[in-house]
Amino acid sequence: MTEPANRPAPAPGAHPAIELKGISKAFGPVQANKDISIRVMPGTIHGIIGENGAGKSTLMSILYGFYKADAGEIFINGTKTTINDSQDAIAAGIGMVFQHFKLVENFSVVENIILGAEEGASLQPSIRKARKSLKSLADEYEMHVDPDALIEHLSVGHQQRVEILKALYREANILILDEPTGVLTPAEADHLFRILDNLRREGKTIILITHKLREIMEITDTVSVMRRGEMTATVKTSETNPEELAELMVGRKVLLRVDKKPATPGDVVLSVKDLRVTDAKGVERVKGISFDIRAGEILGLAGVAGNGQSELMHVLGGIMDGTGEITMLGQPLPLSGKGSDGAARRKASIGNVPEDRQREGLIMEFTAWENTVFGYHRDPQWQSGALMNNAAIQKEAAGKMERFDVRPPDPNLKAKSFSGGNQQKIVLAREIEKYPDLLLVGQPTRGVDIGAIEFIHQEIVRLRDQGKAILLVSVELDEIMSLSDRIAVMFDGQVMGFRDPSETDERELGLLMAGISGEPDKDDFKAVEENITAVEQGEAPHNG
Amino acid sequence: MDRMPVWADVVLIPLISLLLAAALSAVAIWAIGENPWDAFSLMVDGALMRSSGWGYTLYYATNFIFCGLAVSVAFHAKLFNIGGEGQAVIGSLGVALCCLYIPWPHWTIALLGSTVFAALFGALWALIPAYLQAARGSHIVITTIMFNFIAAALLNYVLVNHLRPVGAMEPASATFPAATHLPDFRDIFAGGEGVLFRGSPANVTFFVALAACVLVWLLIWRTKLGYEIRSQGYSESGAKYAGISPFRIIIVAMLISGGLAGLMGINVTQGEAERLILNSAEGAGFIGIAVALMGRNHPFGVLLASILFGFLYQGGAELAMWTSIPRELIVVIQALVILFTGALDNMVRWPLERVFMAMRKEG
Repeated sequence: MTEPANRPAPAPGAHPAIELKGISKAFGPVQANKDISIRVMPGTIHGIIGENGAGKSTLMSILYGFYKADAGEIFINGTKTTINDSQDAIAAGIGMVFQHFKLVENFSVVENIILGAEEGASLQPSIRKARKSLKSLADEYEMHVDPDALIEHLSVGHQQRVEILKALYREANILILDEPTGVLTPAEADHLFRILDNLRREGKTIILITHKLREIMEITDTVSVMRRGEMTATVKTSETNPEELAELMVGRKVLLRVDKKPATPGDVVLSVKDLRVTDAKGVERVKGISFDIRAGEILGLAGVAGNGQSELMHVLGGIMDGTGEITMLGQPLPLSGKGSDGAARRKASIGNVPEDRQREGLIMEFTAWENTVFGYHRDPQWQSGALMNNAAIQKEAAGKMERFDVRPPDPNLKAKSFSGGNQQKIVLAREIEKYPDLLLVGQPTRGVDIGAIEFIHQEIVRLRDQGKAILLVSVELDEIMSLSDRIAVMFDGQVMGFRDPSETDERELGLLMAGISGEPDKDDFKAVEENITAVEQGEAPHNG
Repeated sequence: MDRMPVWADVVLIPLISLLLAAALSAVAIWAIGENPWDAFSLMVDGALMRSSGWGYTLYYATNFIFCGLAVSVAFHAKLFNIGGEGQAVIGSLGVALCCLYIPWPHWTIALLGSTVFAALFGALWALIPAYLQAARGSHIVITTIMFNFIAAALLNYVLVNHLRPVGAMEPASATFPAATHLPDFRDIFAGGEGVLFRGSPANVTFFVALAACVLVWLLIWRTKLGYEIRSQGYSESGAKYAGISPFRIIIVAMLISGGLAGLMGINVTQGEAERLILNSAEGAGFIGIAVALMGRNHPFGVLLASILFGFLYQGGAELAMWTSIPRELIVVIQALVILFTGALDNMVRWPLERVFMAMRKEG
């Protein structure tokens, strides 16, 4: 194996690094990819943008050998290539960084790098070689990671770096990144983009799959838009704008910002004092936080995933135990033991749109109508004697599906048969139409199409305007900024501060999300600098 | 998106699995020098062509229905109760105590009483593993199988030391009082005379089993508790979100499951032997697992699968009686059916799914 770092950049005017011609793929009656053709020139970053289910991941899975296309051809550097499995893809110089990392948590960085690329029976020579190559890669691309650190001790951003290094170690010339910034802080995302920029300069070809318009505008050279399995457009990034891309994605004009009146907060609905939560492993995840939410107000909880927001939501929703004090409309709520479960919380008029709708908010194997009363199935209106009044529930489900525009509007379909956005609408219809005094909303638009995002945001604002309190948790800073009437930033189980969305900006929130408030010390200085560049480049409008 | 029509899932797959099992059984019979077709005819003739054969088939089926339902109910809560055998044994003990020590005036009331006792004893036997699972996380598969052995030992102890009549050598209880004897099919359908169902053990408990099927169906798909059991079975995190206590569901589902298994004790103890004997469950607790798998955990499926296994049991007995096919080979045939309909389900399912996908694409 040669040192990957020494590979020369390909001459300009060469063949496209990747060319797909007429790729089609169907899963049963669903045409996931329809006659898709793209050309990606070497040394460029090509964005692929589209809603969930548009066929982006299918296309990349074909390129990486997970699926076999029904029709079409793949050319790598001008040579027709058959890719039957990931081994073929790696041999063709394709590396993939998945949204969910494929790393062995309790292996060290270098062990993960060589995993699957070991040479010979003894590990030592491979490890030595990987160490050397890691060092040169790290220097070249600004990707420093401790080769002996265990993956589980690394931050998400560093884990992602290991994934990229893994691909580079396998001499990948073409890198595919699937939604790479979903788990990163703004500063980490910015660092990633600098790495990508360095890679591009070295002649690597990068395909970036994302649903965030701003990332496309920020880093890509060209962008392809996918909708319903088809490639609707491929344009030069410099010659387009976010509004146009959004329209191409959805097929109609989309409102990229939330239309809402100023809040008129009323009395305190929920009051949280010194709340602490310890998880099953004994780690304290919420470290004494306090806040109030008033009627008619949306409190947005910003933060990188895993900083205690989920645990906070779980305690408020009665799913986890905690300590401290919570009062709901003046009544204290127990945080553990009797009367602290989800049923009790619903009785206290707390609705819950959970962060993970597939594991919590819905039973995927249940029909839509069964899910319509999930959590409220004890309500007397759904009982008839000893049995449940299924006919009434089915009728209610049909009405809710119509009012929330769930497609297809068939209450007998299983929850798993609906797209992410429609699943979310089923949950929202159930929770919002109970008109709870407090609605917990976690990641309302994660994995949801742009078209549905607009609708979901409107429904949340409408509930607020009816004088209900809303606690919103989202890792999408844009969502927090545009929906919230007040923003609290969480870091490491604590609230770093409260901000008024009209008086703050992404830079400030980004710093708070990284745990930096007040006077930055010397170590923080670099992070501050990174954030400033992030904001300078991030002047593009909201992406919804 | 469902890949196959429902009828293919519930009818075609079990049918193909059965045919495969039958084919392999035929090879085995042929290999030991017997004629597979003759053997099959004999099984059908012995189990299905005469009323006495049906009497045996349905007697066995009754046991399998109870045990199959027991496994199904637990399975809807994602609990694998393989302790049906032990729960049935303890249920039998309950029936015996109920019949021996309570002076019942008439069998109808005795049946009500023994139903309560059987269910209660079976449920209590399932309660300990259930509690250990719910409170301590001890895996229910391990604990229930251990409780099968404890139940067998306990029955042995009780029979030998307490229930055995003075002077008797056999580890069995005294015969139950006549007032507790349940009418068998001959009594019901032929007024106790004639050839119809002569000598066959099927009895009124079969109808209790049918009622249990209906009740379980109502429980699982029509009640709040069933809704919660299924929620918990599909997603424990979802159940917690909805305020459903996993602890409660584990306990309740296992109590119902154990109770159903316990009910089997009525059939063998009060219905057939009319006294309590050793090994009263006859391995039906394990057949119940296969029955539940094949019946897709649906009471109607369990009913059909139970009748099929009843046929295999009775047909197998006929083979052992009239041919030189050894008893062990019959166990092999039963095992093949279990293997194909239960464990190797996906072996048939995947190719069939492909066929349907291909057909759909062309269609």
